[in-house]
Amino acid sequence: MTWLGRESRTRPGGALQAFAFLGALAVLPVVMGRHWQVNLLVFTLMYAGLASAWNLVGGYAGYAALGHGAFFGIGAYAMAIGTTHLGVGTGYRPFLLVLPIAVGTALAVVPIARLLLRTRAATFAVLSITVMFMVQTFAYNIRSLTHGSQGIAVPVPPFPFTTFERPFYYAMAILLALTVAVCWAVRSSQLGLALNAVRDDEDRARGLGVQTELVKLIAFSLSAGLTAAFGAVWAYYISYVFPGFAIDPLLSLGAILMAFLGGRHTLWGPVVGAALIVPAQQYFAYRYGASHLYLIAYAALFLIVIYLLPDGILPSTTQRLNRLRTRSRARTTPDLLPMEALNPRGESE
Amino acid sequence: MSALLAVEGLTKTFGGIVALDQCSFEIAPGSLAALIGPNGSGKTTAFNVITGYQPADAGRLSFGGRVVRRPDPCRLQRLGMARTFQQARVFPGLSVLENVVLAHHQPWHALLRRRVSVTDRRRAEDLLGEFGLAAHSHVPAGMLSYGQRKLLEFASVLMGEPTLILLDEPTAGVNPVMVDTIEHHIRRCHGEGVSFLIVEHEMSFVMRLCDPVIVLDRGRPIACGAPQEVQNDRSVLDAYLGD
Ligand SMILES: Nc1ncnc2c1ncn2[C@@H]1O[C@H](COP(=O)(O)OP(=O)(O)O)[C@@H](O)[C@H]1O
Ligand SMILES: [Mg+2]
Repeated sequence: MTWLGRESRTRPGGALQAFAFLGALAVLPVVMGRHWQVNLLVFTLMYAGLASAWNLVGGYAGYAALGHGAFFGIGAYAMAIGTTHLGVGTGYRPFLLVLPIAVGTALAVVPIARLLLRTRAATFAVLSITVMFMVQTFAYNIRSLTHGSQGIAVPVPPFPFTTFERPFYYAMAILLALTVAVCWAVRSSQLGLALNAVRDDEDRARGLGVQTELVKLIAFSLSAGLTAAFGAVWAYYISYVFPGFAIDPLLSLGAILMAFLGGRHTLWGPVVGAALIVPAQQYFAYRYGASHLYLIAYAALFLIVIYLLPDGILPSTTQRLNRLRTRSRARTTPDLLPMEALNPRGESE
Repeated sequence: MSALLAVEGLTKTFGGIVALDQCSFEIAPGSLAALIGPNGSGKTTAFNVITGYQPADAGRLSFGGRVVRRPDPCRLQRLGMARTFQQARVFPGLSVLENVVLAHHQPWHALLRRRVSVTDRRRAEDLLGEFGLAAHSHVPAGMLSYGQRKLLEFASVLMGEPTLILLDEPTAGVNPVMVDTIEHHIRRCHGEGVSFLIVEHEMSFVMRLCDPVIVLDRGRPIACGAPQEVQNDRSVLDAYLGD
């Protein structure tokens, strides 16, 4: 069993994983080229990105943010307003707005994030969802900008009919790749270590000199900016924004469920979760009509994940592998950890 | 010589309970001081207020010769004050090595550096070696036994190179062999110039290790001096034996 020893923990597969992922993203719409297929892919990638972006705050820092729909909506409205009022034009040009929208949102949320992040746990969750409804109320009421409940129609781009979805697919693919890259960079830096420490025991982290306020703020700001970028592309794709639709609590709930299912402490967990849930959801919607029945499935899935896979699919699988490994090693080396070792998160105080 | 740590008139109440009542004492640089007292006499509260975990209702704190207004755990750590908790606290989801690496102060832009840099790893591994935890460095800290967690908490605090360490009941819930190990590490660090303030209920441990000993009763120091003096003090005996 030496070949599975500790040294192999520094995984050589990182670059390989990245290339495989990018390759898959590049060819998918060619292999699955029908309209409904590419449409499904667009939403799958969008949710994979939203779940990954949420994971920066919800998974790495352990802050239960429930209101990311606000930032998605801000991105969507910024795109709609940019293309209609500012005369950016049509075709590929609106895509140029995505980056400024992401950066703008990331900066604009700083003051509100500072207030939000002073609270924790349930208070934070409730406040974050309150912020989302505030943004929705603004969208309904600042008519001069948002046209209120009428919504804004975004001009439909003159892309060829046969490959109409492709530009949106590739925009989502680039954003997803960027989001995963950001997550990877965060995880492998001291920022990620500090965020994980905040997740485990924020007060003790402060006492060890971790600048908890700063690291939480950075994570929140990155997360909000990336979420807004997906909202912007979504608005152009759907070509219509409306407050109840663009700023939707179910959007963040779906993304959170995907992160939980795949594994919120992992890099790829949210992507895996989205790849499983989005197609399933679309299938059910197609089979049983576009009702809200899928919400029951959401609830059921949440319960299953929390009771059976508390850490999600990816960690549970690797944990099982590790346990097998530890067991086989324990047989050869008697002097190992005490039995309580099998509870990886420890008896929490 | 000016004190390393000085508290003056520290007061803290919880509802009707006065946990700290006009509490004043000083710790000289290089001391290995003990803070003892009956259960509920305010020792942990004193630590919480001094390290900025709880705001005081009144009082003044100075550390390293300067007055600290509105103490904050992060800032105090950066000034050289570190603490452990009565109930050992580690980051269960981080590896043992990461638990140690985390604890050294760095400028904000270090956040962009690698999660565990080569130099940090080396220093942390040295520390873990001294504490006999090197074999577990890649294991999640949540897997350690309670005694090992106490050691890990102590080791991680040292990574920040503090000048004063506040230990809250370092021997509580730990087996006798581990108590000796902890005593050894306290002596070793003290020999290297680190000052200590130790809350401890195990009297033999305090008597053989610490000087001076400060006795707290109902949130107020009632005696301070060498272990023998304090042991024979009338008011201390009264406090421990009850009125
Ligand atoms: N967070 C708190 N809320 C309410 N009362 C507290 C709190 N912390 C401590 N106390 C009270 O303050 C007093 C001192 O407690 P503590 O400092 O923990 O004593 P010690 O550590 O000396 O045993 C006790 O009466 C305790 O019940
Ligand atoms: Mg106590």
